[in-house]
Amino acid sequence: MYRYDEFDYQFVRDRTAQFADQARRRLAGELTEDEFRPLRLMNGLYLQLHAYMLRIAIPYGTLSSRQMRQLAMIARRWDKNYGHFTTRQNIQFNWIKLEDTPEILAALADVEMHAIQTSGNCIRNVTTDQWAGAAADEIADPRPVAELIRQWSSLHPEFSYLPRKFKIAVTGAPNDRAAVKVHDIGLRLHKNDKGEAGWEVIVGGGLGRTPLIGVTVREFLPQHELIAYLEAIMRVYNLYGRRDNKYKARIKILVHELGPEKFRAEVEAEYARRPKQETEVEERELARIAAYFAPPQFERLPRWSPRFEEARLANPAFARWVRTNVAAHFADGYAIANISLKPEGGIPGDATSEQMELVADLAERHSFSEIRVSHAQNLVLPHVKRDDLFDLWQALSGAGLAASNLGLAGDIIACPGLDYCTLATARSIPVAQAISRKFADYDRQQDIGPLKINISGCINACGHHHVGHIGILGLDKKGEEYYQITLGGSSATSASIGQIIGPGFAGHDVPDAIEKILDTYLKHRQPGEEFLAAYRRLGAQPFKEALYAAH
Amino acid sequence: MPLIKNDRFIDDPWTHVGLEDSLPSSGDIIVPYARLLKEWDALTRHDGRLGVVFTNIDRVEALSLFLPRLALIALPFPSFTDGRAYSLARQIRETGFAGELRASGNVLPDQLQFMRQVGFDAFEVTERFAPEVWLGASRRMSLAYQRGLYRPAGEAEVWSERHRDAEPWLEQPHAG
Amino acid sequence: MSITEKGQAMTANRLRDGAVVFFTRSGDWSEAIDAAVLATEPQAARALESRGKDDERATLVTGVYLFDAERRDGHIRALHIRERIRTLGPTVRLDLGKQAEGLGGAFPAENGG
Repeated sequence: MYRYDEFDYQFVRDRTAQFADQARRRLAGELTEDEFRPLRLMNGLYLQLHAYMLRIAIPYGTLSSRQMRQLAMIARRWDKNYGHFTTRQNIQFNWIKLEDTPEILAALADVEMHAIQTSGNCIRNVTTDQWAGAAADEIADPRPVAELIRQWSSLHPEFSYLPRKFKIAVTGAPNDRAAVKVHDIGLRLHKNDKGEAGWEVIVGGGLGRTPLIGVTVREFLPQHELIAYLEAIMRVYNLYGRRDNKYKARIKILVHELGPEKFRAEVEAEYARRPKQETEVEERELARIAAYFAPPQFERLPRWSPRFEEARLANPAFARWVRTNVAAHFADGYAIANISLKPEGGIPGDATSEQMELVADLAERHSFSEIRVSHAQNLVLPHVKRDDLFDLWQALSGAGLAASNLGLAGDIIACPGLDYCTLATARSIPVAQAISRKFADYDRQQDIGPLKINISGCINACGHHHVGHIGILGLDKKGEEYYQITLGGSSATSASIGQIIGPGFAGHDVPDAIEKILDTYLKHRQPGEEFLAAYRRLGAQPFKEALYAAH
Repeated sequence: MPLIKNDRFIDDPWTHVGLEDSLPSSGDIIVPYARLLKEWDALTRHDGRLGVVFTNIDRVEALSLFLPRLALIALPFPSFTDGRAYSLARQIRETGFAGELRASGNVLPDQLQFMRQVGFDAFEVTERFAPEVWLGASRRMSLAYQRGLYRPAGEAEVWSERHRDAEPWLEQPHAG
Repeated sequence: MSITEKGQAMTANRLRDGAVVFFTRSGDWSEAIDAAVLATEPQAARALESRGKDDERATLVTGVYLFDAERRDGHIRALHIRERIRTLGPTVRLDLGKQAEGLGGAFPAENGG
């Protein structure tokens, strides 16, 4: 894992002092709310439905056990003993006081964390594959580059007042788990004919009001040119992105309105026009960072773990958890253990201080003190010995953290919705809870197979409903909540935007509607065919009939 | 309007001359870009230094013919959340322009450091904030990760500091 | 038969801690909706809003706005679900927020209450 050096520490301490001064000036009336808002947002502090909300950056979703404990402490001391893990691999606290914020930021700085740029019209927390550095299918760990981008984008003087927020995702694996095609910039590592690694640069994807799949601006960008090239893209966006209408201000609209060719030409012209920088420092910096991400000292273990196999045979519940929540690790004898934050009827992504502390303990015992946060709002212990999986599962079971539903119907992604969020038009969480209860039976979930249900409480799409196999969007119709359903979305390598299936539903009718959709799938599927594939083959018609036929 | 240059409030030696105003016979003047286009010949003969107000919807290329004769470029911020001028400022500095680059319009103290880092070296500010707030605001951060910024002595460029033995990075002139 | 009086109440967040507050009959801010003053005439609503702006300038509160509400049996009920959730706390965590602190409104978030 990356560790701060003296410069990184100085940076977060300066920033904490700067924000403390800004908060003091606001409380003293020297700054108006209009002036203070962008300043607090750039530090992750929102004013939400019930209180201030502080969003803390978890860069590329990687946390140490020590950091997790500090988050638990912050939740206990300054919030209400829980936190919410978000679809941007961050954590947010819902009951923060403005006057406490400087102290919280200082507590974060102590453990090499911050809340910089978790909101505002700037470059947000860079996200990546939650299995980075562990996945069996990876070309290279994307986190060194993600850290390089984190540093480069932190308080970037040129790009802190962009037309709109800006999100970058990076993947180092052919199976895209970072949704790079639906980000403002997506970076995909791949190799050219000569075996050199480079970046495919994808620009202008995004969800929200106008969901679009990004376009490739460069097929193969040599690694060392990355920062300079990103600057060119950002500059074109900062200068020419629309500022007249906040719903048209994201880079995807600029790419769309100019057309991919013209946009690419603008970027390349800007890139060529800029004085050529030496990239040796960036290369060295990347190498310095990469050293921190060297794989931990794995023991040489046989692939086969008798202890694990025996436990699996003896305990069907454990076997089920392994089947759904454990993924292949590149090192023999190790596995990736996914901790679902989606218990039956629970609030997706919420964890109590005690749960955070338990996960920190387990990470220390079983995973080289490392934890990941996934964009599906789950946690990951990336490096667990197969021998230890049963002990781990037992410990998780005792704390309500062993839901065996990763990637299944119960693993619902949901934004906080109208229960917390001031932008929301409808609640998300109660809908997620109702669906989770309806499909609580693990055998049924298993039978349905891989399924992504995503719920957003407004058109801003924080729940990524456009890329859910089943997407649910909560809207307000004359003061009543109702929900629009989309089918066929995906953020995976073959990304697609879901299509609206028909008229919306009242909240209490949504679980039945989901059941009709899934029954239709079960009726029509071919052997081994997953929901998304079946939908792509069948089209919307049979689902429409099931949902809207008169009788 | 108070003017900050080199971390001090100074009297503005420049006079703003609007589109319709008559040209003074001498002295340092700042004219709108439209006037530059219209009266370039007359302006080149002006007795005094010449500056221009360049809005953020114009492209930097449009300035290239005039640059050698310009001693000042003012970039107005229509609102403090409109960040186009940060990029424009950097583009202008990247052409080699060494004159005064002035931020005007809706500017907040908390933005002064960013502005200075991208190449602004003069700031037309309001009296809405106390002078000491303005003066202290541009040094809140003692370091930056990005390279090639304009910075006063003592403000560290993190990546360059970490790799001091790398190929010597062409130092930007210090601001102010 | 209860008597229903319709009008507008005023809410904001307290600046220093963000707590949801309502403007009261006695001219200050309360965390409980039932203490809120209900403006039943447009003129009274405008006067209310102007008081709110004053308190924003005095850095007591931020984000002042009026919302439609009614008085039923001596309790104030917000007409829109969003505002009712603000008077209670999250509907998915009944152990948190005003509803858990004895400051909650008398009406559930869902309609039909």
